[in-house]
Amino acid sequence: MAYTVVGKSVSRADAVAKVTGKAKYTDDFSERGMLVGKILHSPYAHALVKSIDVSKAKALPGVEAVITHQDIPKIRYATAIPGVIEAIATDEVGVAELKYATAGHPFSLDPSHRDKEDRYILTQRARFIGDNIAAVVATDALTASKALKLIEVEYEELEALTTTEAALKEGAPLIHDDCERNILSSAGYVIGDIEQALKESDHLIEGEYETSIVQHCHLENQISLAYVDSDRRIVIMTSTQIPHIVRRIVAQALGISWGRVRVIKPYVGGGFGNKQDVTVEPLNAVMSLAVGGRPVKLELSREEAMIDTRTRHAFKFKIKTGVNSDGKINGIQIEAVSNTGAYASHGHSIASSGGGKFRYLYQTKALKYEPLTVFTNLPVAGAMRGYGTPQIFFAFESHIEDISRKLKLDPIELRKINLVETGHVDPLNQTVIRSCGIRECIDKGKELIKWDAKKALYKEQKGVKRRGLGMACFSYASGTYPVALELGGARIVMNQDGSVQLQLGATEIGQGSDTVFAQMVAEVLGIPMHMVHVISTQDTDISPFDTGSYASRQTYVSGMAVEKAALEVKRKVLAVAHSMTDIPAHLLDLKQQHIVMKESGERVMELEVAAMQSYYDRVHAQPITSDVTNNARINAIPYGVTFAEVEVDIKTGKIKILEIFNVHDSGKIVNPQLAEGQVHGGVGMAIGYAISEQLLFDEKTGQPLNNNLLDYKLPTIMDIPEIGAAFVEKEDPTGPFGVKALGEPPIISPAPAIRNAVLDATGVAFNRIPMNPQRVFEKFKEAGLTLN
Amino acid sequence: MFKRIAFTVNGKAYDFEVDVRESLLEVLRNHLGLTGAKQGCGVGECGACSVLIDGVPHDTCIFLAVWADGKDIRTIEGVAGINGELSQVQQAFVEEGAIQCGFCTPGLVLTTTALKESGKDYTREELKRELSGHLCRCTGYQNIAKAAEKSLEGHICTCEDSPHYKGAII
Repeated sequence: MAYTVVGKSVSRADAVAKVTGKAKYTDDFSERGMLVGKILHSPYAHALVKSIDVSKAKALPGVEAVITHQDIPKIRYATAIPGVIEAIATDEVGVAELKYATAGHPFSLDPSHRDKEDRYILTQRARFIGDNIAAVVATDALTASKALKLIEVEYEELEALTTTEAALKEGAPLIHDDCERNILSSAGYVIGDIEQALKESDHLIEGEYETSIVQHCHLENQISLAYVDSDRRIVIMTSTQIPHIVRRIVAQALGISWGRVRVIKPYVGGGFGNKQDVTVEPLNAVMSLAVGGRPVKLELSREEAMIDTRTRHAFKFKIKTGVNSDGKINGIQIEAVSNTGAYASHGHSIASSGGGKFRYLYQTKALKYEPLTVFTNLPVAGAMRGYGTPQIFFAFESHIEDISRKLKLDPIELRKINLVETGHVDPLNQTVIRSCGIRECIDKGKELIKWDAKKALYKEQKGVKRRGLGMACFSYASGTYPVALELGGARIVMNQDGSVQLQLGATEIGQGSDTVFAQMVAEVLGIPMHMVHVISTQDTDISPFDTGSYASRQTYVSGMAVEKAALEVKRKVLAVAHSMTDIPAHLLDLKQQHIVMKESGERVMELEVAAMQSYYDRVHAQPITSDVTNNARINAIPYGVTFAEVEVDIKTGKIKILEIFNVHDSGKIVNPQLAEGQVHGGVGMAIGYAISEQLLFDEKTGQPLNNNLLDYKLPTIMDIPEIGAAFVEKEDPTGPFGVKALGEPPIISPAPAIRNAVLDATGVAFNRIPMNPQRVFEKFKEAGLTLN
Repeated sequence: MFKRIAFTVNGKAYDFEVDVRESLLEVLRNHLGLTGAKQGCGVGECGACSVLIDGVPHDTCIFLAVWADGKDIRTIEGVAGINGELSQVQQAFVEEGAIQCGFCTPGLVLTTTALKESGKDYTREELKRELSGHLCRCTGYQNIAKAAEKSLEGHICTCEDSPHYKGAII
């Protein structure tokens, strides 16, 4: 369908605000008399707090409050009773410390479907280096830092379990007393008769694959600002992807009514899943309550943010695949062990989500997925772009490459034989694949990288620098349905001049959602982009309810609400025009700020005339608005592929990416330039995942070794090659304007594609990422590849 | 301990006392209300806090405010015209889609502005090296490189036999 605004590369709605430095992030706001909060973190990976002496810290001039786990019940108790904030000072007893869950999921009315409540605001038992033991509120940051050093804590050290092997060992200490063998969850699935499928296959191929812990490294660290307002409600401004969920979780952590919390989300300096979790907010609320509701800002340093927020789960996979000589896969058996760190966060659902989204790519008679999510005394792993899929696709797309080499089959043909087709119905959750452009993505990628010509050229290389080609595929989803509820909210108010305000519960965190929503509204209402004013700030008191930015859901799920809200405004405008002209509304349309005849395009009146009538008609005045919530009980499956060409230096172990293309089927692309930006960013992040990034820990003590941006090897502009982004736009009938998800998908397939290219170049299979020069060099040496 | 310093920021002269322990970033953000420079790491690793000091990009989180005495400082707030007209560099960042979350943007715009105003020629690799002190996690740097090249139009050296190209470490 031909659109005017949708499908065009219009500039970001917030581009000018951001390029002039006017866009305000949390740290750019302050309140008079604002205090500073800081956290005392555990120096031990596993320890009991025997005693805490805060007297010296409290005595330091400028210190307003020192808080330990003992104070939390009192502060909570005071909060729970309206009008008794001052009761903080009293010694109320009988209120136990409260455990809460931090993962940014929609709430579930079904208790069995809720996240694990295992977190205290401040703990008596440290479970990782960085765990929150105590907190200080002071007049300035320097005083707060000094006060932290004056807090005397006596710890009893416990055995630290830093690997999943150690945590799973018989007799290992339990990190959470209610989780046997330190297992958080093991919910997998079986489709078909796996034993039979493997048995009747011509070949049985096995492989083991491993990914490492990495960190989001959004440029803006976690930060919030909390105070108690004159109605004794707790107001928290925070850098989050999920303001409405933060509201609920803060209230749960404090044990108060959800309506007593108000969360405001200004511009956010990146999230990538790390801000789909509640980290600093409950403690920030407690800090403010401890000083009589005065404003307190709590900002994590980079070193804190890298260990005391969330990381990406390291996974270990064992895969067994039964395949016939013609390449048809009969059965796949995947065992996965993921290291979820010290607390549950999203851990249980990440392993299951990865295994779920994996099912949409290949068709087999039987599939068995056995995940184990295991606690260790390392920083908490949580949501990060891809949510379990970068790990499982690294494993399987490496494995299928290994199968193709063992069976001497073309790797692309082998994949094509086994890919799903449009119309496929998932046997477990009944999701229907209504659009599937994976084959076209493969063909396009193959052409872009000149696969056949280069393959012929790179046969049998012997030199120091060897080139190779690799590819990998993926499938994902648009939002979380049917696992979780998918509500999107949008509200539109039309002004007298025909321009509109668009209010959203969906959050802009850099991905460009505000802009694509504005494009949808502009398209439906026939107005230019500058007449759609997006309210970028979410305020839970004001913004429509929407659970926020995660699962690549917003353009699809929230977009449905936006489209409906715009259509409702359009219907109302045409009704006004009808009342003024007697032309039946169904014969009218909106184009170029005019009400026009649908068939001929003949102009009937300016949009502004109808808008003015709606405001000032002496009898029927009623400004035109819409307020829509959409419950998306459906999903659309995006697909894509990476093609990579590498040059490997046998002497140094350095992998240079010469060319890399990501081709995506994300349905209709609303804004090509923004969509390419998502692909560039995802591929860039994936290149780090594949060849340089890893958060390192001392295996014995759990001490983080590189939690800063110097030692953690985040790619710089010098490290990223030119990234090719292309799209196969298979419009999905369920999506607004035919869209499917795009935010997370670009990060899924580059790592296995690069790994397969290195295998092609050198004959050496790297089954563990990152493939940093040290590891590559050592493995080449092992394989007898290094020259001298 | 406090020390009196005099400096200009975006063409305006200031003369006041600062705590000798304060960074220039803290003074700009907390005292002058110029919040365009951002803190991403606090130790000079990410470049989000960059401003131009006598025309040269500096990480202000590790630049003491007292060192700014007598200096001419330019922040992102001083780049656009008085009526909000975007500079050529800002326009290039908008047009090329070089902005996502926007946290690294002010620093990158300022460094690119310094390169442009130097009047020097750069190869693409040299340009990347000049920008490599700015970390960005959103864009994969693709459109940032494009925007920088567009900003320096006419000053990007592409001929492979030029002395620039030979000097570049690729």
